[in-house]
Amino acid sequence: MGTTSQQLPTATLPAGVKLPIPIRSRYDNWIGGEYAAPARGQYFMNPTPITGQPLCEVARSTHEDVDKALDAAHAAALSWNTTSAGYRANILNRIADRLEQNLEAIALIETIDNGKPIRETMAADLPLAIDHFRYFAGAIRAQEGGISELDSDTVAYHFHEPLGVVAQIIPWNFPLLMATWKLAPALAAGNCVVLKPAEQTPVSIMAFMELIADILPSGVVNVVQGFGVEAGKPLAQSPRVAKVAFTGETTTGRLIMQYASENLIPVTLELGGKSPNIFFADVMEADDDFFDKALEGFAMFALNQGEVCTCPSRALVQESIYDRFMERAVARTRAIVEGNPLDPNTMLGAQASNDQLEKILSYFDIGKKEGAKVLTGGKRRVHEGELSEGYYVQPTILEGHNKMRVFQEEIFGPVVSVTKFKDYDDALAIANDTLYGLGAGLWSRDANTCYRMGRAIKAGRVWTNCYHLYPAHAAFGGYKQSGMGRENHRMMLDHYQQTKNMLVSYSPKKLGFF
Amino acid sequence: MEITPEAATVLRRLAAEHGPLLFHQSGGCCDGSSPMCYPAREFRVGQRDVMLGEVEGVPVYIGALQYELWRHTQLLIDVVPGRGAGFSLEAPLGVRFLTRSRVFDPAEQAWLDGCPPRIGPAA
Repeated sequence: MGTTSQQLPTATLPAGVKLPIPIRSRYDNWIGGEYAAPARGQYFMNPTPITGQPLCEVARSTHEDVDKALDAAHAAALSWNTTSAGYRANILNRIADRLEQNLEAIALIETIDNGKPIRETMAADLPLAIDHFRYFAGAIRAQEGGISELDSDTVAYHFHEPLGVVAQIIPWNFPLLMATWKLAPALAAGNCVVLKPAEQTPVSIMAFMELIADILPSGVVNVVQGFGVEAGKPLAQSPRVAKVAFTGETTTGRLIMQYASENLIPVTLELGGKSPNIFFADVMEADDDFFDKALEGFAMFALNQGEVCTCPSRALVQESIYDRFMERAVARTRAIVEGNPLDPNTMLGAQASNDQLEKILSYFDIGKKEGAKVLTGGKRRVHEGELSEGYYVQPTILEGHNKMRVFQEEIFGPVVSVTKFKDYDDALAIANDTLYGLGAGLWSRDANTCYRMGRAIKAGRVWTNCYHLYPAHAAFGGYKQSGMGRENHRMMLDHYQQTKNMLVSYSPKKLGFF
Repeated sequence: MEITPEAATVLRRLAAEHGPLLFHQSGGCCDGSSPMCYPAREFRVGQRDVMLGEVEGVPVYIGALQYELWRHTQLLIDVVPGRGAGFSLEAPLGVRFLTRSRVFDPAEQAWLDGCPPRIGPAA
């Protein structure tokens, strides 16, 4: 393997970086357990958001490469689809162990490719991915079919069977973790996969595939790099996939459903949100650990530079505490340490791409034109030295009302739009006045308020007195235009399995109709 | 709808390569808020999609619910160096269409309210 790849000249890495696992100067596709050059021999340049400078070349694949990956996946499916749950669980556990042994090395690559702080890749992305493989290793072994005794001689057996070969299109905000959210349940359920990473963040998945090449049988997971229109589209259109899983935005979500309708296959879609984070007055009844935690919950809009589908990007604060609360919230936001993502003290790193940076700046522009007040931030952050061309944005608080565009569309930056509410009913009305329903946050010392509000908010995940926790054992997915289907939790296996019902009569007697 | 001269140049290049085009304004995460550019027959325009206007003869659509939230703003399609966004056609060129916006003044809004946009695909 690696016939066309070589170690990257260190000059193109941010200064002082030593990689335990090198980033190659060029990445081909990963098909049938080895690197495979793209059919048309084309590559695109992949920059690091840290400096905006070129990092490596990556295969610019086309439908020929997708077909080749599907050939490999279907060949592998002949045996992988019928392996035992125990066998697959062991493989997933070994993948988790291997990732854990190389946690720092992969975290470093993820940070260089995506721009997120090393603090987060070390403490969140990688540990969560590792745990995800272990969770689904356990879940698949604990899963059971069903037996229904219809009468004394007639039994309905329900078996879980894999779908076969599935397509997965991965976003760029948590490249390896989002790949893991899709891979772990698909593999546990016995499927083979053709995966298309985001063109903004193509590297960590390749380091991962190399790392587990001796664990996972060839062809079970195949990675086709390239642009959406050239590689993602033929994958989503292929009649040779049994399901498409996609995380992204709404128009592409519609197009993927359109393609799936031509093949009559299921899709799962995760399309983002505009999550409310609601702070009731009683959070300020004491200046204690709980209030400190609530302030951290407010500042969570800056986690991962706000590039999270569940970013708490609308803060709703009860008017009786509004001024006092916001004084503390602004101070907490100003304490966010911005800087080089490779510095372990950095809390806010680089946005993942230049177009993402430009989009965030365009939202600052429309927010100001609509009359939103900038409480802090509101500009591009230009760091000194080699970071000066990187894609950085100041953590930003905008104050306004819920009809503004900055309250209604996902900015996907370290930006929160804040407004006040009068009472419970007002909070609920504002919270649900959105096209989306992926996440929500809720902060109160009153359990009844929490319960009623949590049930009334139309969102798939309501964090209650916490935010941005992503345990494998809790279902994640959207209401309304945030998509369909769920990820995480054992129930995710259902999205990657067929139900086989065998309806068996043990009676020798005929029915008597004919 | 408006388009910058730079974006118009990219759009003409794409039209020469792919034939008739359309834009659909996206929402949601990742590359949400971006205008997606497709071959005109690639994307099925829905019965409730709103046609915002045309740029360089290319129709621009938005979903009905999103239209209600965006209708007080004028959209300008620009282009920036960038990478990818779903299946939009310009990504391989190393550029990305970007929606910029401004708020209509009351007189413009009143005029617009008197001329409702076309709903659904072209006849």
